[in-house]
Amino acid sequence: MSSVREKPQGPAQGNERLPGELTLRELLRWTWRQLTSMRTALVLLFLLALAAIPGSVIPQTSVDDFAVKQWKADHTRLGPIYAKLGMFEVFSSPWFSAIYLLLAVSLVGCILPRTRVYWRALRAAPPTAPRNLTRLPDSAAFATEEAPEVVLDRARALLRKKRYRVVAGGDAVAAERGYLREAGNLLFHIAVLVVLAGFAIGSLWGYKGGVIIAEGSQFSNTPTQYDDFTPGKLTKASELDPFRLQLDRFDIQWLFDGPRKGMARKFVAGLTWWDSDGTKRTDDLKVNHPLSIGGTDVFLIGHGYAPVLTVRDAEGNVAYSGPTPFLPQEQRNFTSFGVVKVPDAKPKQIGLQGLFLPTYNGDPLNSAMGKDLNPLITMQAYVGDLGINGGVPQSIYSLDTSKMKLLAKPGGKMFRVDLKPGQSVDLPGGNGSVTFEGVKPWVRLEIAKKPGTWLALSGAIMALLGLCGSLYVRPRRLWVRAVRSADGETLVEVAGLDRSARSDLTDDLTAFVAALQGAATTDITTNGSAGAAGAAGVQEDQ
Amino acid sequence: MTDQQWDTLSIQAVSAAGVVYFLALLAYSAQWAARRGAVEGEGSARAEVFARFAFLLTVVAGGVHLLALVARGFAADPNRVPWGNMYEFTLTATFVVTLVTVLFFRRWNLAFLGPWAVGLVMVVLMLDVVWLYEPIAPLTEALSSPWLVIHVIAAITATGVFTLGGLVSILYLLRESGRLSSLPAADVLDRISYRLHAFAFPIWTFAVLIAGPIWAHQAWSRYWGWDPKEVWAFITWVVYAAYLHARATAGWKGRAAAIVALVGLGTLWFNFIGINFFFGGGLHSYAKP
Repeated sequence: MSSVREKPQGPAQGNERLPGELTLRELLRWTWRQLTSMRTALVLLFLLALAAIPGSVIPQTSVDDFAVKQWKADHTRLGPIYAKLGMFEVFSSPWFSAIYLLLAVSLVGCILPRTRVYWRALRAAPPTAPRNLTRLPDSAAFATEEAPEVVLDRARALLRKKRYRVVAGGDAVAAERGYLREAGNLLFHIAVLVVLAGFAIGSLWGYKGGVIIAEGSQFSNTPTQYDDFTPGKLTKASELDPFRLQLDRFDIQWLFDGPRKGMARKFVAGLTWWDSDGTKRTDDLKVNHPLSIGGTDVFLIGHGYAPVLTVRDAEGNVAYSGPTPFLPQEQRNFTSFGVVKVPDAKPKQIGLQGLFLPTYNGDPLNSAMGKDLNPLITMQAYVGDLGINGGVPQSIYSLDTSKMKLLAKPGGKMFRVDLKPGQSVDLPGGNGSVTFEGVKPWVRLEIAKKPGTWLALSGAIMALLGLCGSLYVRPRRLWVRAVRSADGETLVEVAGLDRSARSDLTDDLTAFVAALQGAATTDITTNGSAGAAGAAGVQEDQ
Repeated sequence: MTDQQWDTLSIQAVSAAGVVYFLALLAYSAQWAARRGAVEGEGSARAEVFARFAFLLTVVAGGVHLLALVARGFAADPNRVPWGNMYEFTLTATFVVTLVTVLFFRRWNLAFLGPWAVGLVMVVLMLDVVWLYEPIAPLTEALSSPWLVIHVIAAITATGVFTLGGLVSILYLLRESGRLSSLPAADVLDRISYRLHAFAFPIWTFAVLIAGPIWAHQAWSRYWGWDPKEVWAFITWVVYAAYLHARATAGWKGRAAAIVALVGLGTLWFNFIGINFFFGGGLHSYAKP
């Protein structure tokens, strides 16, 4: 194939060209036309809707990482295939991105030429009156004693008052209004791109992370301090706003009666925080009311209990002491599960796992309610190798007991660390002791920075305004002609054209004619069926 | 009045509204029979009387329907907007259908739509009571936000109007294929359907792309997170956007566009019912603790 060709000469003369063969330029132009056609845009819209469906059916890493792992474990054959197809990250997958990027290109291809056309239309005068106004689907005619000039003057004034753009020429007045419709249309489509840009900025340069902080503890905003941390593709860990915060207290109001008995309300976390300059402030953090530190938002999204435990090892030294967050298993009663790892215990490492019951009421597996009225820990104790030193990262909420031995009472009877606050128990075999000092609340904070959020929001608002313009503004053209007839009367013809998909033209036209007539009138004839069917023949434009 | 009394009142009002809707439907049938029975003159005058009576009954039913909603709100402790679960959502969306039908009755010449809208509302209301009824419960903390009110009322209004628009699209498809010749011309139906959709689309846009994200940002720390409900709200938006485009595209106008609108309605209701039943609703699991 040669790359240089002569100008296309039509299919008949192109003796060297096969039918349907195109030059590169033609091919590009053809591709561009196809891509920016409304049909393609429609198909892309449907594809976008279809492509989003797997994102709601298959668990998504960005929504629920744990569910994805669970799903992969349950579907060992499909799991790897889906992973390769990007089914667990649908909304950042190449195929989903391809669809919306093509749509964006199609959008640009639609906006640019239309802006040019609109710019010209804006500066052009309303088109002059057609020769025979009564032939238009919506028209009216009447005769009057007044002079044509008087009628036309009045028509001009009336139309100006209704904010038509008016041009008078000879025996007729031409008027047009509703230019904002196309402006709204363009604004909407540009706004969609703005929203996309805002969203993209947020997911590329933003980050979010979660952390559990017990009452009295502190947190510094660096990735290592997070329990989970999801940066955007271009986020630099070193660029996190360097603030620090401390949970001073956590207040909660438990309901003892009423339909929500046992549930809680009014969660308030009292925070002290230091911004990047070290300026200290205190604030109350509540559900639905995030705290903004610089451009970073801090949200209160969960709470629970952290029993304060002290573990002494076989040598009698304090090997562990402090609050340990337990994770609520039931939001209803806050029965919580937790793990205590004591790597510093000598000679053998100690591990504890089991439940915390805020209100122990005889049932060792379930708390009676969420408030800590009668706290109890009930745990199993292990000694041996925690497996931490192997370098493989471990969850702090699970205990690897493969190299550990479950402690039992002498004689093999079951041993449990069942303690109320202030109580202590010796571990069997002289392995040390555990003391339950007390209970502290913890809160789970979600910390997120999403640059571009305001851009996305303004884009969405722009889109809405544009949409209202493009759907509700009614572009109209109206013409009035007044001619003196042979018998000395003035014959007035009025016609209108509705250029939208709506049609309340007939009523408006009748009202306009009535206003135009003023006092002196003889017979009127109107054209155009009444009601909704009025503008059946009116062309629709987009 | 005590909360218990309000609750009873609400339940009774729902039943009463159902009965009055049924009476309205009977009056519409009588109108239809009268118009069919008589050729000219007397019969059509009687049909006219029945039509007026049916409209009056629809208005009364709508009023009782509204009372059921208000009472439901007062039955909660603390008092709240009655949009906390699927039962309440459907109760409100059906009310929106009635309201729009009544408000635009004259302006858009919706007389033909009366029996269909009333029938739809009655059936949905019945299903709502049978399948979706939930005892009154207070909202969880994350749900008690002014943005809930704004986001949900917009979503409900859009749902109601989209539903009515879908109904007209079905009528259009039937009329267009030569059935139901007593209805207005196909292009009139097409235009009314378009107007309803054009009315609902910006409201839906506001609900799911502005108010929803603002609330999600405050309550869940992200304004858009592809939660199943959000995915389907997005799908609905895209399909209705496609409808608006289809209506202005040669080869898609008319039939195809109407079908796109119905696909949109399908995604809308699937999002509302299906997601909650099949996918647990994600974060949008309403008032469940």
